[in-house]
Amino acid sequence: MILFLRTVLGRAYPRLIGIQREKSWLIFGVFLPLLGVSAYVFIYKALKSPPEFVGFVILGGAMTAYWLNVLWSMATQFYWEKETGNLQLYLMAPTSRMAILMGMAFGGLVSTSIRAAAILIVGSLIFSVHFTVVSWWQLILVFLFTMVALYGLGMLFSSLFLLFGREAWHLSSLLQEPIYFLSGFYFPIKSLGYWVSIGASIVPITLGLDAMRQLVMPSAKWGFLSVDEELGILLVMSIVFVFVAHRALLYMENLARREGRLTIRGQ
Amino acid sequence: MSHSWAIETENLVRIYKVKHKRGDAESAPFKALDGVNSQVGTGELFGLLGPNGAGKTTLIKILTTLLLPTSGTARVDGVDVAANPQEVRRRINMVSGGDTCGYGLLTVEENLWMFTQFYGLDNKTARERIGKMLEIVGLQDKAKSKSYQLSTGQKQKMNFARGFLNDPKILFLDEPTLGLDVQTSRVLRKFVKQWVRERPGRTLLLTTHYMAEADELCDRVAIINQGKILACDTPANLKKRLQGASVFKLHVTPLEQTELFSDLPGVSNFSGHRRNGHTELNFILDDENTLVKILSAVQQSGAHLISLDKHEPTLEDVFIDLVGKSLSEIEEQTGSVS
Ligand SMILES: Nc1ncnc2c1ncn2[C@@H]1O[C@H](COP(=O)(O)OP(=O)(O)OP(=O)(O)O)[C@@H](O)[C@H]1O
Ligand SMILES: [Mg+2]
Repeated sequence: MILFLRTVLGRAYPRLIGIQREKSWLIFGVFLPLLGVSAYVFIYKALKSPPEFVGFVILGGAMTAYWLNVLWSMATQFYWEKETGNLQLYLMAPTSRMAILMGMAFGGLVSTSIRAAAILIVGSLIFSVHFTVVSWWQLILVFLFTMVALYGLGMLFSSLFLLFGREAWHLSSLLQEPIYFLSGFYFPIKSLGYWVSIGASIVPITLGLDAMRQLVMPSAKWGFLSVDEELGILLVMSIVFVFVAHRALLYMENLARREGRLTIRGQ
Repeated sequence: MSHSWAIETENLVRIYKVKHKRGDAESAPFKALDGVNSQVGTGELFGLLGPNGAGKTTLIKILTTLLLPTSGTARVDGVDVAANPQEVRRRINMVSGGDTCGYGLLTVEENLWMFTQFYGLDNKTARERIGKMLEIVGLQDKAKSKSYQLSTGQKQKMNFARGFLNDPKILFLDEPTLGLDVQTSRVLRKFVKQWVRERPGRTLLLTTHYMAEADELCDRVAIINQGKILACDTPANLKKRLQGASVFKLHVTPLEQTELFSDLPGVSNFSGHRRNGHTELNFILDDENTLVKILSAVQQSGAHLISLDKHEPTLEDVFIDLVGKSLSEIEEQTGSVS
């Protein structure tokens, strides 16, 4: 157990220290997303959309940061670790592989939260948006379950993408843009219609974002499902994704040991 | 259950399925290890010597639980690597020579600390060991440098230090001095030797294709080629196989045909190959008088003698005797793919 925790913290460390050492995140992680957010804000203003939409967009912009983090720092991570030679050192250590993935997720979550918070705060100041929180504990639960489910999905991706080798990069880029659209980062998913929304809900951020919007902007009646329903679904997703991620990891490790392909480089 | 061996393999076979690209069904299985039987005693410094592609890394990967054997068994400290990998991992560590470890953004110290956490070390022990190892590899002044600022060799040294941090019972070093300068290699070799000597119950298995390294360092050496162990003994005993034989190395002006030399009576083993604009001929002779015939054969073939050297048998000669080719010759032929 102590070994498990040490491993999680050990692996989270580079990510936590990274945010302090690499100042470029200010530009790439906060400034650029805010530009994207502004573009949508101006479109909505031009279209004379309800004022709540501006809040939607800012919240969406903040959540985008998590999605990018999951795609680029979780999903492609094991592949990258394989190429640098770290993966075999991880697999050789007498620790839980799940702990290593969790450390990666935890470090990513914390460092991304700093970015997301910056986007949220700066965004709402610039466009003077006021959020009124209906229920703090629901909001916290929604956020927690969304994150567990989302990073669970990221952990699953990281084992799966390893199997795809170099293709992993393309997969990540492929997933990036459509999800912006499908998960409704910049507009309420309800506007996509029922079935598309159901489909898009496989990505935990879709429902999480929808529930959070309902909770901070009660005046807008754009919720897809009720908050309680969405909370329930997110809880189920959290459990399922983390469980499946665990299985995928075992499968990946076994395959690596049997075929001897996965720990060698340059393929 | 014999617990006396630190490492023990029985009939170890590893077959790689080489998958061809573009979906043609033909997949040629490749036997990288072909029935390896070996025993390494606790406290031994054991060397695996062989050319590129011999199967050294494959064997190490199996022993460090990164790869499963296709058939046969391998035990490390009495524990079966296939059945109980987690138990094996608690007792081992491995350093692969050309490799680095960790993340560029972290300092050397921080990188090493991260790895100690995967072994559950408490902070105090971790700091102590990191400090000591950095001193040994001569990186103390770089402890606080970000590791992306290190030179390739310094990164390798950091990785070398990593291997000792969990104080493994059995340590695997895969060509540890690969690409390091002479001075550093010497320091690391000395440390390795000391590490095994001063810590009872520690075992070290090292692969190399530097003959001198194996000779100088190892208690026992196994010579491996094409997945088979050809001989396994102390360096002195291996060389004793050639006792009474005379070993000559001749450099002559370039020669196209060298086959004729192996047919000369009295030549027990011969290898010849081109090197830097001349031809090197290695002879193991039953009887020194054969040299006269060799010299006249050289003359008849139109070449000129550049140098002639008689020496005590080295491991290189043992290798030639066993394989019929010199190590460097094999590596030129295979183009050194590793
Ligand atoms: N993952 C793999 N898939 C297919 N073939 C492999 C794989 N790994 C190694 N081989 C083959 O197995 C043989 C043994 O390789 P191995 O890496 O064990 O050699 P080695 O003795 O370590 O050589 P070197 O001195 O070059 O490091 C080689 O011919 C190599 O091509
Ligand atoms: Mg090798």
